[in-house]
Amino acid sequence: MKILCVCGMGFGSSLMLKMTAEKVIQKKGVTADVEAVDIGTAESVKADLILTNSEFASQLAGGSAVVKAIKNMASEAEVEQAVTEFLESN
Amino acid sequence: MSEITLYSEEIQWSDKPMTWQEAIAFSAGPLLDAGKVEPSYIEAMIQNIHDLGPYILIAPHVALPHARPEAGVNEAGVSVAVLQQGAAFPEAGHTGDNEAQIFICLAAVDSESHLHLLRTISTWIEDSQVIEKLRRAGSADEVRTILFDVQKQKGDDEK
Repeated sequence: MKILCVCGMGFGSSLMLKMTAEKVIQKKGVTADVEAVDIGTAESVKADLILTNSEFASQLAGGSAVVKAIKNMASEAEVEQAVTEFLESN
Repeated sequence: MSEITLYSEEIQWSDKPMTWQEAIAFSAGPLLDAGKVEPSYIEAMIQNIHDLGPYILIAPHVALPHARPEAGVNEAGVSVAVLQQGAAFPEAGHTGDNEAQIFICLAAVDSESHLHLLRTISTWIEDSQVIEKLRRAGSADEVRTILFDVQKQKGDDEK
């Protein structure tokens, strides 16, 4: 599966989110490719799951990827819940 | 890990009400004074929010002001400012989380230093209890103690 972490520049919070997501998928034993991108690029990248803040989540909703809004980019618990919800619904 | 040095003078606390622009400039102050960033870097951090919205809110009540290294970084660094009163950002997100009390200003020179700084910052904010402690802090000394305790504890966990 492909997880896309999105922020304004693909440089700050999305990278932090990527680190958190990588810890989570390793812990869960899931094979996934995690990429951090900026909002401008996000719509042209194919992904199964998009993790981002609530503002960008509403902008990115409606595409083929499942979009989950994350409040604390460093929270393993929050990202794990999002990934688990995604895996259970797919 | 966490061998990043957060100097005491790079930690600030204020009880003054500030706009989000003032808060970003305040948080970057120690990096500017030390010559680690140019004034253009502060302008770029503010402009990015005008252009892209408050995407620097990385956790409830926590903002991570940053811009690209080429906007004016001379030396990698991080500085922390805690405000007693939250600064509100434009365009509230759907959750209404559009204010921040903790500003962590990030200046990176390359992707390696950048990742290293982000990893350290993650350890500060992953625990919402630490965020709550920081919000309740009443002085720069208290902020310093909270952050140093977290780093010490994480360091011990790694051993």
